[in-house]
Amino acid sequence: MTLTRFVETTREAVAPITDGATVMISGFGTAGQPIALIDALIDHGATDLTIVNNNAGNGDEGLARLIQLGRVRKILCSFPRQSDSWHFDAAYRAGQIELELVPQGNLAERIRAAGAGIGAFYTPTGYGTPLAAGKETRRIDGRDYVLEYPIHADVALVKAHKADGVGNLVYRKTARNFGPMMAAAARHTIVEVAEIVPTGAIDPEAVVTPGIYVDTVVQVDPSYYEGRL
Amino acid sequence: MADAPLSKDELAARVARDIPHGSYVNLGIGLPTLVSDHLPEGSGVTLHTENGMLGMGPAAVGDQIDTDLVNAGKIAVTELPGASYFSQADSFAMMRGGHIDVCVLGAFEVSVGGDLANWSTGAPDAIPAVGGAMDLAVGAKASWVMMNLFTKDGSPKLVRECTLPLTGVGCVSRVYSELAVIDVGRDDSGEPITPRVLETFGVSVAELQDRLGLTLIDATREVQS
Repeated sequence: MTLTRFVETTREAVAPITDGATVMISGFGTAGQPIALIDALIDHGATDLTIVNNNAGNGDEGLARLIQLGRVRKILCSFPRQSDSWHFDAAYRAGQIELELVPQGNLAERIRAAGAGIGAFYTPTGYGTPLAAGKETRRIDGRDYVLEYPIHADVALVKAHKADGVGNLVYRKTARNFGPMMAAAARHTIVEVAEIVPTGAIDPEAVVTPGIYVDTVVQVDPSYYEGRL
Repeated sequence: MADAPLSKDELAARVARDIPHGSYVNLGIGLPTLVSDHLPEGSGVTLHTENGMLGMGPAAVGDQIDTDLVNAGKIAVTELPGASYFSQADSFAMMRGGHIDVCVLGAFEVSVGGDLANWSTGAPDAIPAVGGAMDLAVGAKASWVMMNLFTKDGSPKLVRECTLPLTGVGCVSRVYSELAVIDVGRDDSGEPITPRVLETFGVSVAELQDRLGLTLIDATREVQS
């Protein structure tokens, strides 16, 4: 219903996020991770968050810092354990963070399903494994499937490359990853972009995320990321 | 029978030799990544990376490094002419939908029925992580495993039943190892087949059978003829 809003600062962009919110964060490792919005969320102070991301933070920046500060109650991700995921590792071992481990393709499809209004879906992924334990299964045409439910969110923080004046987005290379599904799945989608271009400057055939999914856009100068990715 | 067990590079070259011309291929993290170095010029193979790209090129060096362009192991890579980018949902739909011809995966254990265990060592204090392993295992038209046939302490990794947490059921069709190439899987009624040894390297089929403690079919002559 509402048109995309353009704000001057990341602080304004994240202001609506409340304690206890479920927040989707785009990115695969640091590629496509909206670090400026996460920094603003840290300053904002919201806590008791449920985070949806492929990973559980890298190094000391962005999502890793949010976890280090104890703001994350639960995380849904496919691959938390990395060589530089020490803040998650410490929080997990201390029992301070709850983990729902989701196979990567199921994570993507469950987020997609939320944005697409799908109630649940049957997927072959995970059948017969511990990650499907207790889940409903069904044999269809001789193949076994597991019933998986959508993942909804209050807010999505997404990094894209460019936005136009109505919030249409294009991404850059493999930094696209979860952005398009998260933008559609969350009730409120906040996007950081390197560049805002006039409406009409993005070829309609090349739009990846239509502006209908985008609530707030903030421009972040590429120098913000220097030495941080 | 070749004279000696294969080195990692020889094994990668052996896997590369079996990838049909023009295939769409996903190479798992670790040992399978080596296969790309052995695809011959003009192989027509297109590499898929599950974080959202077809037409992945070699690792990026120097000025080529772009933090927005990484592979599934989060290593900076390059794009080849004809490359395409897509979301993770599209990438796994491509995989799950059976559009990828071959997936080469590493493994902790494979059963004779083609069950795969490659995501968890089952250690109680370990932090679990699965990534795309379960999706890759069941999605490709052919899932091959590339691994050493025995652990460092000498236990077989090709087993009657997996003891570690499973990644997928009946999903592996072939195992490439330093000692042998072996077909595994299930028959039409879903029963595990007797593994068929297609080729050995520095070991006889009888010896393999003994060391693995499994009944094996010697298919090495069929393959050579």
